[in-house]
Amino acid sequence: MAPNSPFINFPNSTVHSSQVPITLESWLPMASRAAPPPLPRRPPPRVLLLRHPHHFSLLDRPLPDGFRFLKPWESPLPLDGFLSSADARSAEAILTSARAPVNADLLRRLPEVRLVISTSAGHNHIDLAECRRRGIAVAGAGDTKSEEVADLAVGLLIDVLRKVSASDRYVRRGLWSSEGEFALGSKLGGKRVGIVGLGRIGLEVAKRLEAFGCAVSYNSRKKKPYVSYPFYSNVHELTTNCNVLVICCGLNEQTHHMINREVLLALGKEGVIVNIGRGPIIDEKEMVQLLVQGELGGAGLDVFEKEPYVPEELLGLDNVVLSPHAAVLTPETVSNLCDLIVGNLEAFFSNKPLLSPLLDE
Amino acid sequence: MHVRPPKNSQSKDFLQMEGIGVLMTCPMFPYLEQELEQRFHLHRLWDFPSRRRFLEAHAGSIRAVVGDTKVGADAELIDALPGLEIVATFSVGLDKIDLGRCGEKGIRVTNTPDVLTDDVADIAIALMLGVLRKVCGCDAFVRSGKWKSGDFGLTAKFSGKSVGIVGLGRIGSAIAKRAEAFGCPISYCSRSEKPHVSYKYYPTAAELARHCRILVVACALTEETRRIVGREVLDALGPEGVLINVGRGAHVDEPELVAALLEGRLGGAGLDVYENEPEAAEELFPMDNVVLLPHVGSDTVETSTAMADLVVANLEAHFAGKPLLTPVI
Repeated sequence: MAPNSPFINFPNSTVHSSQVPITLESWLPMASRAAPPPLPRRPPPRVLLLRHPHHFSLLDRPLPDGFRFLKPWESPLPLDGFLSSADARSAEAILTSARAPVNADLLRRLPEVRLVISTSAGHNHIDLAECRRRGIAVAGAGDTKSEEVADLAVGLLIDVLRKVSASDRYVRRGLWSSEGEFALGSKLGGKRVGIVGLGRIGLEVAKRLEAFGCAVSYNSRKKKPYVSYPFYSNVHELTTNCNVLVICCGLNEQTHHMINREVLLALGKEGVIVNIGRGPIIDEKEMVQLLVQGELGGAGLDVFEKEPYVPEELLGLDNVVLSPHAAVLTPETVSNLCDLIVGNLEAFFSNKPLLSPLLDE
Repeated sequence: MHVRPPKNSQSKDFLQMEGIGVLMTCPMFPYLEQELEQRFHLHRLWDFPSRRRFLEAHAGSIRAVVGDTKVGADAELIDALPGLEIVATFSVGLDKIDLGRCGEKGIRVTNTPDVLTDDVADIAIALMLGVLRKVCGCDAFVRSGKWKSGDFGLTAKFSGKSVGIVGLGRIGSAIAKRAEAFGCPISYCSRSEKPHVSYKYYPTAAELARHCRILVVACALTEETRRIVGREVLDALGPEGVLINVGRGAHVDEPELVAALLEGRLGGAGLDVYENEPEAAEELFPMDNVVLLPHVGSDTVETSTAMADLVVANLEAHFAGKPLLTPVI
């Protein structure tokens, strides 16, 4: 039978399959008796979740319909084994976060992947060059978090200077009534604050601290036009002129361990460092040692080199305030992030532009 | 306006003041004690087994009292010091001083305004961030090792939340300025509407509480403002609302506040002051939606020093016959 002939084989039909040309008129009555098979449909795109999608579970929100989510933790196989499975290798998209890097090796093992979505700010955990080489699109976490992160930076700084958490502990242990007044803190107003990285978050931090009477200056890769804060071209020079340092930059090769022993010593015995960027920007081992020795005044930290592990020595210090990488964990930000993830998935697989494409800087 | 008193004055008057009896009512700040001791004949009330014993020994020689928020100068003390000329409080609050009695007897009173405004406003914001973002709770979470087993969970965003200020004086205005930098819409209540102020005014604390998420008490304690935050205001603030108190414990009906928190009728509270300091509403100790501070509003080295300098400068000015720097009456 010629491929495009109007002869149609209906199983169990009363028409003999011996080649009676079917005209529309003779076809119609048959159509009323048996429904045509569905046209072949594209199966739902397969999305590999490298980690549990906690942004959705924090809000009790289901994962979106229309996708098939591959969940390694539900497999009896260890992650490595799972990644070799046919299931994983059919993945067309990867959803990842800071703790699950997407490197060249992973991309090699998942040849069908065309899209990577990151739920975390920054992209040092994604091999962007390899993605570009393979023609893989990358979507980021957008810019919804600046206010929340800046709020926490200020919260950590005031807490360290005014010993808020330490004195709250003091009260709850009943020591105010038995031991008397708590130790004096240090005034926030008048502090010379150096902001490392004056992006959106850095600017929000600066705006807030100005209202408290702080003198703000900054270091950034390039001087920012339209910004009146004094600029320092290197972090060490910035620090010698400040008594507070707030780390607001991203992590990359240049910023890794940028805050080293020399910089921390320049901050000094009365100096305070706040980190809401990434743990490895600071040489953590050096910082801990200086804090313990009293060579550094205090620290407010939301990020660490090996989360969720925090150096033991910090746990006993009253001049540090510790936070479990919580800067963006508010309902507004998490909800926006879920919307963005869903929006990016839907856009990509309907051939529309990504909502938050990640551009290599 | 910040007053900058001269330090370590070297005038002739300085030397002649050594014999002047100054009574300090309780331990406040070692630097203040030292400065007073250098200039005057300092008596420490707490060195005596009782107030009565002190008065028997020295009542006649006291010409100045230095009090604070814990122990001030009540009518009984004022009446017992026949030579009292001036009360200089190591605070801006005057609720522990019997101003009426001082006025009747022509006794001068000074306090320490302005120098502590920033610190108190900073603590108000610290309490707001502490309650909403659970900064203290997060710190405890990490210290306990719980982060290794799971993430902390969500906390409430602070930026952009509406803030209502009870009392738009120096401290209230400073709080407003800081909260504005976080994008918080500001409203207030006060004895009367302030001209030239762009914030929304409400005539009562209850009305204010109905229209804001975070209510902060920053007014002076007077007969009118005693228990200004009671059941009605707490109900108006509601289960999503947060109360911040950097005024006086007596501004708030504490039993009502505790009940509202324990029953979930109020979202959270950040307190620096309590009805019965240093007792601090023990029932609240296990709660994670409160922050409890031991009256540290102005407790920084910088501000305590500035306050002490102001107390000393006011006393020196008085005994040198010069105008007081920060007189109340």
